[in-house]
Amino acid sequence: MTSFPAILQSEWTKIRSVRSTVWTLALTFVVTLGLGALLSFLTDNNFEQFGENGRTPFDPTGTAFSGIMLGELAIIVFGVLAVGNEYSTGMIRVSLAAVPQRGTLLTAKAVVLGALALAVALVTAFLTFFVGQSLLGDHATTVGAPNVLRAVLGAALYLTMICLFAAGITAMLHNQTLALGVLVPFFFLLSPILSAVPKVKTLARYFPDYAGQRMLLVYQQHGQPYGPWAGFLICLAWTLAALVGGALVLKNRDA
Amino acid sequence: MIELHELTKRYGDTLAVDGLSFQVRRGVVTGFLGPNGAGKSTTMRMILDLDRPTSGRVTIDGKHYGQLSEPLKYIGALLEAKAVHPGRTARDHLRWLAQSNRIPPRRVDEVLGLVGLSPVAGKRSRGFSLGMGQRLGIASALLGDPEIVMFDEPVNGLDPEGILWIRNLMKSLAAEGRTVFVSSHLMSEMALTADHLVVIGRGRLLADLPMPEFIRQNSRSAVRIRTPQVEQLLTALDRAGLRAEAGPAGTYEVVDGDPTRIGELAAAHGVVLHELSPQQASLEEAFMQMTADSVEYHAGDGEGRDAAGAWGATWQPKAPRQEAN
Repeated sequence: MTSFPAILQSEWTKIRSVRSTVWTLALTFVVTLGLGALLSFLTDNNFEQFGENGRTPFDPTGTAFSGIMLGELAIIVFGVLAVGNEYSTGMIRVSLAAVPQRGTLLTAKAVVLGALALAVALVTAFLTFFVGQSLLGDHATTVGAPNVLRAVLGAALYLTMICLFAAGITAMLHNQTLALGVLVPFFFLLSPILSAVPKVKTLARYFPDYAGQRMLLVYQQHGQPYGPWAGFLICLAWTLAALVGGALVLKNRDA
Repeated sequence: MIELHELTKRYGDTLAVDGLSFQVRRGVVTGFLGPNGAGKSTTMRMILDLDRPTSGRVTIDGKHYGQLSEPLKYIGALLEAKAVHPGRTARDHLRWLAQSNRIPPRRVDEVLGLVGLSPVAGKRSRGFSLGMGQRLGIASALLGDPEIVMFDEPVNGLDPEGILWIRNLMKSLAAEGRTVFVSSHLMSEMALTADHLVVIGRGRLLADLPMPEFIRQNSRSAVRIRTPQVEQLLTALDRAGLRAEAGPAGTYEVVDGDPTRIGELAAAHGVVLHELSPQQASLEEAFMQMTADSVEYHAGDGEGRDAAGAWGATWQPKAPRQEAN
């Protein structure tokens, strides 16, 4: 058998030797941090207007993570490109000729992709939190406050899982354009719209993005079906399902 | 050695590869010849376990491709030019490939030098010409210093200089004792490089024989004669023991004839000749004739005719045997 560490090293070389990796990951960081910082700054300066209908307690952590939706978009693109560029260039056949164990190849790819995404997501989450808090002035919270550390780590895990989910879907569709065409509308149109429609709403609450975002909440929201840990598990299940689906398609299909 | 045993691939209603059995022997260049769409690329993808056969099997040194540990050290393949991420440099492309099979990193620069890409090793492949892409593909095939190399239509779209380079490369690889398996749809190209020839048409084996044997069987030479005194000439030839056949446009042809002798014979009998020319049927013609049926079927209009052809061909040879039983 081909050695797994060797395949990991090879996948690492693949991922770091193209520019799109750097760009999409840098964009994830910049957009999440930048938008979070801007919203935190604006909130601090206009806190009186915002605070009027304060039925739920003000969530400084959530405010710092206001940009996570756009960061999510960037990291989805990263996940799609990292897998999909092999299909768009025909390189997949070169990869599979070098590593005919298809499941092993996709596993190595997911490990490298996941590790890199997690590293970037952790840095992004913690910096976004601390910069946000520094701009929130008197309204800031600390990382030691109840549930805050969990929410920050949750943000990092959320970005990582969504990235791997996108990678799995891309392997299932074996086409990066198609994968972007499915994932972006799903996360940015379908899921938000469905979660506002009565009845369908119940279903939309088990989508990976809604589930994953429960991990970011410091305070329990009214009418929420489940808590952060259940959200983590649901999002993880989606991610694993997408990766297993991708591996099955890769294994059974002619390359 | 690559061994194919009753290898078959069906895509829906189409049989792309139909019960193909042959061996690619060590240390020679085996040409894999067939018209476009004959199933050459599909066969090569099945050898590499990229496409799964519908039935039959293919082994490399007795093993299924997936059982080879670090397969690039056994068999290197060029399937398509530019199967490379356009934003990755030539060196990085070879580097990940080398790492995956634990090939020493110095080998990357070695093969880059071998294919003449050292000056552009650090350039992103986006700007590469077709020829450069082809060279990079060949560099990846040679990376693991494999015993067997397999090239799918390597000269397609190359300029004369590139064609010559690939031709010489294949000869030198075989001279080093490697097994070279190369596909082409051009007989002329194969005649120049291959020691052994495997011809397929519509996914079926049409010929599997050494190149000299193919040339002997298929090249026909004749002397073409045109004269206003037909009767006199034919009599003279007949007396000399030569047989002339009617050729195109009122000419006559003497198969395997010697132009000098025929010219002298004509002069001795006072026959005026308007033409006396040696004719050589090209290997290209022989190949076209051999694959004519399969090309016809391929370009055929109807499914019915297609199926009838396939059915008739498989049924007929079996019929006498069934009667004998």
